Amino acid sequence: MASEERGRREASKDGWPEYFHRRAGETGTASLKAYYGAGCLDPETPMSDVPMLAMDMETTGLDETRHAIVSIGVVPFDLRRIRLGGRLYWVVKPPRPLDERSITFHHITHSDIETAPDLQAVLPILLTAMAGRIVVVHYRNIERPFLDAAVRARLGEPLLFPVIDTMALEARLHRISWRSRVRGWLGQPPVSIRLGDSRARYGLPSYTGHHALHDALATAELLQAQVNRHFSPETPLGELWT
Amino acid sequence: MNTELQEIRAHMGRFPPFDKISDELLDEVAGEIEVGYFQAGSTILEQDQPIHELCYVRSGAVEVYRRTGALYDRLGEGDVFGQYGLLRNRKVRFPAKAIEDTLIYFIPEQTFTRLCETDENFADFVELGRPRLKAAIEDQRKNNDMMITRVRKLVTRPPLIVEGATTVQQAARLISEHQASTVLVVDAPGDNPRFTYTDAEGGQWQVCGIVTDSDFRARVVGEGRGPETPVTEVMSTNLIAVQSDESVHEAMLCMLRNNVHRLPVMHRRRPIGVVVLSDIIRYETNTSLFLVDNIFNQTSAEGLSALVPEVRAACVRMVRDGADSQMIGSALSTIGRSFARRLLELAEQELGPPPVPYCFMALGSMARNEQTLVSDQDNALVLSDDFDPKRHDAYFKAMARRVSDGLAACGYTYCKGKVMATNPDWRQPLAVWRRYFRSWMAEPTPQRLLHSNIFFDLDAVHGDNALVEALQDQVAQEAPKHELFLAAMARNALNRTPPLGFFRDFVMEKDGKHNNSINVKRRGTAPLADLIRVHALACGSSAQNSFRRLDDIGKTQLLGPGVADRLGYALEFLTMSRLRHQVFDIEHEQEPDNNVEPENVSSEERRNLKDAFRVLSDAQKFLAFRYPMPNRNR
Repeated sequence: MASEERGRREASKDGWPEYFHRRAGETGTASLKAYYGAGCLDPETPMSDVPMLAMDMETTGLDETRHAIVSIGVVPFDLRRIRLGGRLYWVVKPPRPLDERSITFHHITHSDIETAPDLQAVLPILLTAMAGRIVVVHYRNIERPFLDAAVRARLGEPLLFPVIDTMALEARLHRISWRSRVRGWLGQPPVSIRLGDSRARYGLPSYTGHHALHDALATAELLQAQVNRHFSPETPLGELWT
Repeated sequence: MNTELQEIRAHMGRFPPFDKISDELLDEVAGEIEVGYFQAGSTILEQDQPIHELCYVRSGAVEVYRRTGALYDRLGEGDVFGQYGLLRNRKVRFPAKAIEDTLIYFIPEQTFTRLCETDENFADFVELGRPRLKAAIEDQRKNNDMMITRVRKLVTRPPLIVEGATTVQQAARLISEHQASTVLVVDAPGDNPRFTYTDAEGGQWQVCGIVTDSDFRARVVGEGRGPETPVTEVMSTNLIAVQSDESVHEAMLCMLRNNVHRLPVMHRRRPIGVVVLSDIIRYETNTSLFLVDNIFNQTSAEGLSALVPEVRAACVRMVRDGADSQMIGSALSTIGRSFARRLLELAEQELGPPPVPYCFMALGSMARNEQTLVSDQDNALVLSDDFDPKRHDAYFKAMARRVSDGLAACGYTYCKGKVMATNPDWRQPLAVWRRYFRSWMAEPTPQRLLHSNIFFDLDAVHGDNALVEALQDQVAQEAPKHELFLAAMARNALNRTPPLGFFRDFVMEKDGKHNNSINVKRRGTAPLADLIRVHALACGSSAQNSFRRLDDIGKTQLLGPGVADRLGYALEFLTMSRLRHQVFDIEHEQEPDNNVEPENVSSEERRNLKDAFRVLSDAQKFLAFRYPMPNRNR
């Protein structure tokens, strides 16, 4: 987590658009050059004009220095529509062999993983999908650090980008408010900000199982609902991203 | 299968019309949808905005409105909307609003078009081709053997035909040689063009009678006639025949109605065979047939009432076998009439022969041949004009009492409005009945309109049928002339209205209120029958059955093109729904009633019911325009 966190602080110091501009000039990798070259939206952009990409991953564990990505799902969307036609989904082979045969993934068999490509093979397509879009995740401490670590390991340079974290938005609404503090004093458990529980608060249906593509879709739906209820189409992007 | 989108395709696959499309197509659809979230209170579709997607409610609830702002429909999980705009001019026809937080799946126009083109069921559902109700009813019929099997299928050989001059001995030999039981008698063409035909050699003939096994027993040997007697002397000339393209079921009903066991089968006017009751029994061991036979074998009211469980069982079987409402309605009405006839026969045995001719008249659903398992008795006696109350009424009063009590014991509950032959008002000679009917039509009052509603569905059950036929003719001839009467009947037919449809486990009313169940008779079949009656009276139809009335109405310009058909589909569907739920009640050991609880209604049935209610509602709106109140001061 450390390197990504450090890099992100550094990048956001002079602003994401400037960071993207600088990296586009520095990088020697064509796919990264194209990604950064597409630019980053101005933080003042109203949410209604922000193209986004919901992303979810399944990993072998929670530590990007020891664990690896197994699957990635992305769905492009904006505040009006989530476009399933633009979805992408891959199972990828972790560079480290799966020593724990007991790890089970929903929908993914071990033989799927054996025959899957390395992340490097799908990276250019993923970067093309990300170009010009703001990535939306539920819990930013998985997708961003894992992707950064994987790119560093393969290309020797970082991949940093701003994200909108629907879980952080829920936390802001439910964990930092005076109401949540009252709950704390009364000894009540804090409101759950897990994906399914958060969705339920907006009347969104519960999806069964965990599949990177479903979770990406679920995240996109949640963001639409959050902006609908608590923000507005005019809310500037900079208020939501981190 | 596309596991990536399992969540979406699994959901859509549970709801019509997606439940019937192929897996490949469903995968494609799931992969092409767009998703949008709408907070409670927000607009999803605005009137006249361009529309290029079909909307599917994934979760939440949506209200759809008419142009006037009136509620058109309330939709929940799995429902679709937007198809009307998409199919017509790609402009939103009915605006839609989320009334709960709602997630919509949008199906792009190209996908929608492909679905319509490749999947017939889908096209039917969005009413691209056949209206949905029509499709539902046609599909129901497709599954029904007895309905589609023509009676000609039971004809295995040509009929035995002899000329009138043939002797009974020759005819008997012929029958024995062919191991048959019936011979048709023909002669030179005469008075009956219906039975006149040309044979293969170009000879002109007319079928003039039929001789069966039993005639040799009863009329030849029994009455001491010699072997040289010409067949014309012993044949029965009351020719009852069926057309070869009529259904087996129709042939069966024809036998039941006329109490005959052999029917000549005609192709147009030419006899092509004879079907015998046993042929039909062999083909279709239908209990309603045995039941009617059984009814006539009973010698007491107690014996008759013991048959009630069999009536129910017969109905359950017919519904399960996929019979349609006309088959079941006429079978149950035939059973009901048979009960009444047998009770009348028993009454005559005990009370002696009637002092003057009479006809026992069925009213309401029995007269229309539209009975279900839940029926009260509406009946009356039409007596010959020789009737003298002082001398004769005691007899008919006793007869009426016996029949009415007997029917009540057989499950036909007493009429709350006292429309029964036991009521002296409804036990009158023909002349009085004619006066009644004339005054009801000439000067309608609320009470008289109520009577008209019941008595203008009338049919003879037993006795001198001509007495009731005279009344049927009177109504058919006079009703169209009475503008005020028709207008009043039309207004009366609007007293009971259908609900809007269903929403989740509730019945949705037009004002948006919810109920837990719906009386399909009161809110569906009865107002529909009322409405059809008004049009039938206006066009001078003498038919009693609602479907036959619609046939007559369809030949006139009273309704717009196709409207009579739509009303027929709606009646068929509502009646079947009512019957299915009565069967459901019986299967769950509950007393059958006319209530339908939404939780027992499949989503497909809900949609069809909703469509049927809409047809009724539209037809009711038209009724008041069609029969305006004449200006009484003029």
